[in-house]
Amino acid sequence: MKRHLLEAADLDRDDATLVLDTAAQIESALAGREVKKLPTLRGRTVVNLFYEDSTRTRISFELAAKRLSADVINFSAKGSSVSKGESLKDTALTLEAMGSDAIVVRHGASGAPHRLAQWVQGSVVNAGDGTHEHPTQALLDAYTIRQRLGRLDGIRVVVVGDVLHSRVARSNVWLLATLGAEVTLVAPPTLLPVGVGSWPVQVGYDLDAVLPKADVVMMLRVQAERMNASFFPSAREYSRRYGLDGRRMGALPDDAIVMHPGPMNRGMEIAAVVADSARSTIVDQVGNGVSVRMAVLYLLLGGASASE
Amino acid sequence: MTESSALPVEPSPAPLLSAEDLARVVDRIAHQLIEKAGPDLAGLVLVGIPTRGAPLARRLAARIEAFSGVQVDVGTVDITLYRDDLRLRGVRALEDTRLPETGIDGRLVVLVDDVLFSGRSVRAALDALRDLGRPRAVQLAVLVDRGHRELPIRADYVGKNVPTSRSQSVKVRLAEVDGADSVTVTQ
Repeated sequence: MKRHLLEAADLDRDDATLVLDTAAQIESALAGREVKKLPTLRGRTVVNLFYEDSTRTRISFELAAKRLSADVINFSAKGSSVSKGESLKDTALTLEAMGSDAIVVRHGASGAPHRLAQWVQGSVVNAGDGTHEHPTQALLDAYTIRQRLGRLDGIRVVVVGDVLHSRVARSNVWLLATLGAEVTLVAPPTLLPVGVGSWPVQVGYDLDAVLPKADVVMMLRVQAERMNASFFPSAREYSRRYGLDGRRMGALPDDAIVMHPGPMNRGMEIAAVVADSARSTIVDQVGNGVSVRMAVLYLLLGGASASE
Repeated sequence: MTESSALPVEPSPAPLLSAEDLARVVDRIAHQLIEKAGPDLAGLVLVGIPTRGAPLARRLAARIEAFSGVQVDVGTVDITLYRDDLRLRGVRALEDTRLPETGIDGRLVVLVDDVLFSGRSVRAALDALRDLGRPRAVQLAVLVDRGHRELPIRADYVGKNVPTSRSQSVKVRLAEVDGADSVTVTQ
């Protein structure tokens, strides 16, 4: 595996499978234990460098690092020297000078983790950069699919919604293609990125047409905070054409699952009755996130590091 | 811990233990376990250390059942995440950790491994067990004890004591993992 995890394309099929297998081993090793802690990364320091708000990703990474006995420093841009104008590079070098072994970074600018990786000695993990990628989310989604359906090869995944602004969609497209799943994107034409034709996916505009053949439906959040322009006429119209409600869920094959990376807009892209149904893996995804991030941290930091 | 050589053992030197010898040794350890455990036998848990300790533990359990009619629980505990030499080598893949549903609290746990060498694998396994529960007692059964301990650890059941030099390599092969049974010592 490479030293950094910056995008899903950093993982070839063997690496991606290794992460999923490692996560499964860690989960089984910790299952039913009173002491959910492993000594593996004792003495290593992981910095969570968050320039954007986040609940589940930051907490998930923090918990993952703590369960592996690493020391964790949480840094959020608010209330730090960033508000005095300190640059990303200076902040990163400061953190490294204090002895960090890995930096988990979330940043509003696409590509920020790539720049960071050129400046620091330790490992960099992308926890979401702009509208680019969010590789650990894709890994936990792949893990969840494999857990529920038993495999990824040949699984038909439909990704629905705001693909244009979604780093989750981008990472999932690449990772799922690497792992042999067939991905179909369904979105309003205004919410598909330029160049989607070169992605390893099929594109559709009619949700009802693809649901009967889907094994997995992945609903994306409508990112209202990123919407300066009007990409669709109204929330009601979006919901009617691309929202997953009870009727549409009924069109799915019997063992198909419904995923959502969170946070959800209930009633917008996903109806409450769907989010709370037995098909929904939304709570599993959160739990699996910790195991998958433990696996990533172990695989990046568990062995001899480049500087030793 | 298995001392694995990168090259396939071929042409193989005369094995230290042939497949028949190995079966006899497993039978003997099974008998010793039955004898020493006495009335505790039903509560015994054999916990193999992957890779080859795991099939060894299963074989021991099968022989114990054949000799005494008692079914003992079997588990495995992966020690990778507890090793003290993680930083000395590249990252390693993890193996299974599986314990009986009933857990190990208050029970007699016998750790099973193929080769006892420095004792560091056993120490890691003891650390792992401590996180998994509180056994009444922990014992150790190994197929081969080759000496050169680096920690104050000894085995309770030893298949064969083999004086070796540090430069030698002891290779245990088991049908479940390697396709055939044998123990060889190579330079």
